[in-house]
Amino acid sequence: MNLQIALLLGQDGVTNGAIYALLALSILLVFTVTRILLIPQGEFVTYGALTMATIQAGEPTPLAWLLLALTVTECALDVLARYRAGRGLRVDRGMLGKLAWCAALVISVYHLPLASLPVAAQALLTLCLVVPLGPRLYRLFFQPIAGATPLVLLIVSIAVHVAMVGVGLLLFGPEGARTTPFSQAGLELGPVTLNSQTLWVLALSLVLIIALFLFFGRSLYGKALQATAVNRNGARLMGISPELAGKATFAMAAFIGCLSGILIAPITTLYFDSGFIISLKGFVGAIIGGLVSYPLAALGALAVGLVEAFSMFWASNYKEVIVFTLIIPFLLWRSLRSHHVEEDA
Amino acid sequence: MNQVNNPLLEVKDLSVAYGKVEALSNASLAVGQGQIVTVIGPNGAGKTTLLSAIIGVLGSRGQVSFDGRLEAVPEVEVLVGRGLGLVPEKRELFSSMSVEDNLKLGGFMRYRQRDRYLDASLMEVYSLFPRLLERRKQAAATLSGGERQMLAVGRALMAKPKLLMLDEPSLGLAPLITREIFRIIAQLRGQGVSILLVEQNARAALKVADYAYVLETGQVAMQGPAAQLATDPRVIDAYLGAASKHQAMLAS
Repeated sequence: MNLQIALLLGQDGVTNGAIYALLALSILLVFTVTRILLIPQGEFVTYGALTMATIQAGEPTPLAWLLLALTVTECALDVLARYRAGRGLRVDRGMLGKLAWCAALVISVYHLPLASLPVAAQALLTLCLVVPLGPRLYRLFFQPIAGATPLVLLIVSIAVHVAMVGVGLLLFGPEGARTTPFSQAGLELGPVTLNSQTLWVLALSLVLIIALFLFFGRSLYGKALQATAVNRNGARLMGISPELAGKATFAMAAFIGCLSGILIAPITTLYFDSGFIISLKGFVGAIIGGLVSYPLAALGALAVGLVEAFSMFWASNYKEVIVFTLIIPFLLWRSLRSHHVEEDA
Repeated sequence: MNQVNNPLLEVKDLSVAYGKVEALSNASLAVGQGQIVTVIGPNGAGKTTLLSAIIGVLGSRGQVSFDGRLEAVPEVEVLVGRGLGLVPEKRELFSSMSVEDNLKLGGFMRYRQRDRYLDASLMEVYSLFPRLLERRKQAAATLSGGERQMLAVGRALMAKPKLLMLDEPSLGLAPLITREIFRIIAQLRGQGVSILLVEQNARAALKVADYAYVLETGQVAMQGPAAQLATDPRVIDAYLGAASKHQAMLAS
């Protein structure tokens, strides 16, 4: 191995690591706020990548119909719940807004000249289609059992994952997809040329991580989500609804996943079922952070990316084995030094 | 019955059951504008259950009407938004967050409604509890018992509640701090906040309150103006016995 190969592998590792870091943060965020281990995180990645590919191929994506169907179901359930609570049959402005949004998306995927749109507009449309899936999934599958134990939540999470993989096959077909890079230029850096997509991935990941940091450290909405994670009852008494917090975190998870998908689609070929393995690597990162520490999780995920890249070079058959073996020493270490702490009164 | 014109809070026949055990049966009470109403009673009488049911943390049967509107099913978020606050017995602070963040989150509903006077409220809370100003950067978990209670009350005040429900505010506090808390309760009424106070320290509670209910085994056993109950021989026997005489000193 010479310097050039090391740099190339490093570039690969850091690129993937940045994506894993985003996913790790997202998994951590959802877990701390809702106690749900978000197995379908990877599906947001594949849905994002494959939707982007469909749009670039100029075909109307059937994802818009799925979104519409989920939204109609959600609104129907909300109306029913309100009726049962004795507040009468009423459709409020929020519901109409959601339905109008979905209808507008259905119309635009059929009538816009998708293939000839600029890349930024295609990415935006993809985000508009995929991100609302997050809160819909929370409302339909998790909100009714929000008080259940983490194990039950995990089981439902796995079920949602399996269903989403199946639906992904229906929507996008079995073929893999790769999209065109955002730009063609590269950056000469010593002996290697940095791929422009790599730079996009790194820059956007960094921006997103800083944005998340500011959101949770500075804004009261971020602190409200954090408060839900720290003390659910206390947060409820402040009028911070756990439902709203759940939907907000799922929206953020879907956004992060979808954006990651759009970012890596030009680098790797993704299939309808590629999401699981990607999010598992993010999960390894999150575990390294002990499912509590954001910076540790991000660093852990970055390490996962690098280890993966270098093991691809030395022992490519054992690539996944090596990556997932990483988790064992950390689990051991965590189990040895963690002690159960009672919730503070 | 507590005779008040257009009561702020009116509860009728409220019942809560944990499985088959009825913790609260057909409790009725009212709190008028600017009143301090106290609910006293022994451990396990259902006092905390009563408050939890009123604000909607617990499911219940019966009627709760707050600020002139009947809640078919009380929902926490709705009631908090309409000006009902609860300082729970367990405080439920955001322990890993700073004192100031805790207070700011207390005003979350107002922040959502774009209330521009949040900073003024923060200053008011700090002037009420100067200790919190000193410790505003500290994590809530590092506070002493009394400071935590102050933080819990301050956090609830940030929402500018019309009615503040306090669950055992003196529980586990040193006598001098208890006195401080009761002084503040009286002071809050001066600022137009009505208070529903649940207390084990009956003597102090009766001294500060206008009207009182005695809750025993989930039912309202006695009620009347606080001054009158304080001289009722049954209340004196059960709650104000010689053993608890020192409580009066703390309430002064």
